[in-house]
Amino acid sequence: MNGTRTVWAKELRESLRDRRVLINALLIGPLLGPLIFVLLMRTLVGRELQRAEQALPVVVIGAEHAPNLMLALRQAGLTELPAISEPEAAVRSQRVDLVLRIPESFAASWREGQPAQVDLIYDASRREVSARAQRLRGMLENYSRRVATMRLVVRGLSPALQAPLLISERDQATAQSRGAMLFGVLPYMLVLTTFLGGMFLAIDATAGERERQSLEPLLVNPVPRWQVLAGKVLASATFCFISVALSLGAFALAGALLPTERMGVSVDLGPRFVFVVLVVMVPLVLLIAILQTLVAAMARSFREAQTHLGILQLIPIIPSALLAFLPFKQQLWMYAVPLLSQQLAILRLLRGEPVTWLQAALSIVTTLIAAAVAFHVARRLYGSERLAVSA
Amino acid sequence: MIEVRDLHKSFGSVRAVDGVSFVAADGQITGLLGPNGAGKTTTLRMLYTLMQPARGQVLVDGVDAALDPLRVRRALGVLPDARGLYKRLTARENIGYFAALHGMQPAAAAARIDALVATLDMGEFIERRTEGFSQGQRLKTAIARALVHAPRNIVLDEPTNGLDVLATRNLRQFLLDLRAKGHCVLLSTHIMQEVAALCDRVVIIARGRVVAEGTPQQLREQAGEAQLEEAFMRLIGSDAGSLA
Repeated sequence: MNGTRTVWAKELRESLRDRRVLINALLIGPLLGPLIFVLLMRTLVGRELQRAEQALPVVVIGAEHAPNLMLALRQAGLTELPAISEPEAAVRSQRVDLVLRIPESFAASWREGQPAQVDLIYDASRREVSARAQRLRGMLENYSRRVATMRLVVRGLSPALQAPLLISERDQATAQSRGAMLFGVLPYMLVLTTFLGGMFLAIDATAGERERQSLEPLLVNPVPRWQVLAGKVLASATFCFISVALSLGAFALAGALLPTERMGVSVDLGPRFVFVVLVVMVPLVLLIAILQTLVAAMARSFREAQTHLGILQLIPIIPSALLAFLPFKQQLWMYAVPLLSQQLAILRLLRGEPVTWLQAALSIVTTLIAAAVAFHVARRLYGSERLAVSA
Repeated sequence: MIEVRDLHKSFGSVRAVDGVSFVAADGQITGLLGPNGAGKTTTLRMLYTLMQPARGQVLVDGVDAALDPLRVRRALGVLPDARGLYKRLTARENIGYFAALHGMQPAAAAARIDALVATLDMGEFIERRTEGFSQGQRLKTAIARALVHAPRNIVLDEPTNGLDVLATRNLRQFLLDLRAKGHCVLLSTHIMQEVAALCDRVVIIARGRVVAEGTPQQLREQAGEAQLEEAFMRLIGSDAGSLA
């Protein structure tokens, strides 16, 4: 095992001197995800909160026909913009976003108790405008309901007539499970970071070493080849692990930086969460490092290895996409599938639900078995003659 | 001492090595001479256990390479055809890495490296990273790396490839010194002058077979030529020679 330790130490030392590796594995890989996530969430949440509190500017035509309606709308937050002619054309050319038109006939219909028409003119294909039109519509419906209730009371009828069906929504989502929805990208990000963290070293230590003609002299040393392979795998795994740990730390920080309270969600990314996730991730880190080394060792050149690993990197998208788009229930057997089990466990933890010993053990054992199988295949490949011979 | 008995190796339908036998004795420099593609490198690769022979036997100091490859590798210092260095490591770290792989303790390795630095005149660049080294500096580092464990038997595949005249002369002197100390030195080459200047014994290989063997003098007599180059051409046959 001395050979393994020597190879491991040398690969780490060499990689730590390579700025490309440091930037990719220890900076961009682990930090880019959390950074994008924080920026995105802050902008989204900030805009959502602002929108609810902000005044709603609307061009109003014919305000004089409905003074009471206008009063109610103004109270609800509408700001009146001066009337214009040809509102449809103005909206189509995007000079104006939202127009409320009250026709002359409004007052007459209103007095007779007939439905009085108002026109909302906007372009629904513009997302921004559509949301504001929705808000204006809400204000109008509120007013309409209020007036209807008053009219019923005046005629001596119960306002309950107006609502034969009463819908009461009792959402069982906890603040934490809402947070899990928000942080749903985290498991995928962590797996992807693992791939990015070890990728460069895996290529450099195998295909790169062969391309630079240093593999043959290395293999002439009196160290069994599987020990050389193990050293390289462990070096790659070390980088994977550091990447994941950094990324987790960055996400924990991101959780603290987001205005989660105001969003009505809670995420607990504390030390306990970080610890359990790291324990669950260690076997996966090993498996990924072995797979990367295996695939890179099969390639004839650095460039070819990069292409192959790019394809390998797409594999973790499969369970992530399944989890995101197919709303299936978690079942125990899923914890026996490497890659899937880690993502499930992290999602559970995010929802504030504990991961049972059985689930954790199943995930760890099956992933370790997969890693052992992959190592065996890699070892056979590494023992072949073709591998050692530089082209 | 290195003994090779009836080695065979094929790649697909190509018989790269087709029954090669020779002995490289201690205290001698043995040259493996042959045109490009004659099977020299493949023979050496089987010798230093990188490849497995389809048939035949390799003995290094009496140890069978097929039975105990690790012990054979410990007894050999090998400068392969591929001699890439780790460019982000210094020359000393490059050599130290191989010393550690041989299981040497750091103190012993450091002392041995210092001795090699003195012998090979590497003081100027030993602490520098190997990126941007000249051919000569690279070769010295690669040789020091191959010899760090003080092996009894030394195998060099085309050692003077790409060296200038001065570096070549220095290398020859170094190999002669090793011979004087009783080492077994085996080198492959396609350059006649090298054989004439260095080797006690020559093994000429063509098309995967040994076509002649002996001292340079014996080979000249055998071919009836005064010049070794003419003798070489005659011995390997002209069509293989034209490929060289």
